[in-house]
Amino acid sequence: MGDNSLVLGHRVSEWCGVAPVLEEDIALANTALDLIGQTQLWLGLAAECEDRGRDADALAFRRDVWEFRNLLLVEQPNRDFGHTMMRQFLFDAWHSLVLAALKSSDNSAIAAIAEKSLKEVTYHMERSSDTVIALGDGTVESHKRMQAGLDRLWPYVGEMFQTDEHDLIDVAVLRPAFDELINDVLRTATLSIPTDNFTHKGGKTGARHTEHLGHMIATMQFLPRAYPDAKW
Amino acid sequence: MVMTKPSIDQVWEWLDAVPDPEIPVISLVDLGIIRGVAWLNDVLEVTVTPTYSGCPATRIINLDIETALNDHGIKKVILKRQLSPAWTTDWLSEKGKTKLEDYGIAPPQTAGGPSQCPRCKSAQVEKISQFGSTPCKAQWRCTDCLEPFDYFKCI
Repeated sequence: MGDNSLVLGHRVSEWCGVAPVLEEDIALANTALDLIGQTQLWLGLAAECEDRGRDADALAFRRDVWEFRNLLLVEQPNRDFGHTMMRQFLFDAWHSLVLAALKSSDNSAIAAIAEKSLKEVTYHMERSSDTVIALGDGTVESHKRMQAGLDRLWPYVGEMFQTDEHDLIDVAVLRPAFDELINDVLRTATLSIPTDNFTHKGGKTGARHTEHLGHMIATMQFLPRAYPDAKW
Repeated sequence: MVMTKPSIDQVWEWLDAVPDPEIPVISLVDLGIIRGVAWLNDVLEVTVTPTYSGCPATRIINLDIETALNDHGIKKVILKRQLSPAWTTDWLSEKGKTKLEDYGIAPPQTAGGPSQCPRCKSAQVEKISQFGSTPCKAQWRCTDCLEPFDYFKCI
């Protein structure tokens, strides 16, 4: 959970200062901020459980690519604004369902983080759904870009629902609810879900990240790696 | 010598004088983020819940609480972070909501949008963006006086 929010949070923050309009710039920066805030909670808890003297910052800035356990979807580059919002929408739909399930976790620390995050993510979901609809059912150009985004990202959806032995909940059972959630929005957005269900995998297990993650991490970790004692 | 501990009510009063660093017109107590104050022997424990998990003001808020209490002579302060129950705008005080509106920020409404323009009081308002200058605000506009304004998001 922490790696997903960290990697997507960093990706979304790459838009800061260069988004198409000021309002979107602010919205993207706020979304990134929420995700980084959630990262501090998740990785903070992970560090505490691990009890090896590392903190959330050490987990974020001193691990290499193969130690990251994020979904391949979130490490995909931003490309254009439409592509960014489609990635956000697909992730928000998954994220909101997973957090809703984790909210009832027996572990009170996990349940509390999920409860807090879900409020923020519900808001993200509202915005990304509205944007996908506005642009999908918008101009010829915006429709084309949203469809291209969906076509390119669809092969990364399947990985989100592959349950492994480290999962706290069975994510596979959330797939029908996810399909229902996205089908409604995509239909209204006049977008077509690709029929080929080929799925890339390897992000969540860390076995096979795409080449994009290494480049992203190199940028993200540069400062604390080059100046390990730097303080604000 | 026995130190006289300020009463819990007195501490709440002091905390109600600590302004929110981002929206200084309301206090931390108005914002509803102070969830508890208790003496543990000679240590004062203040329970604080974050508004948004990534809100950059959180660190300043903690510092401001400690500084204010130290200034009032309380030397040993522990700040406890509480995530659950998650902060909700329902915890904003009535006093705080009135102050927000007077300041030009429309207070949160369960309907999901501002009831009126905080400047000209017209009900003819529209959303510009779901996000604004801080994590807790969205941008709206009045279609009568044409002024844009901040709306305190309802969560």
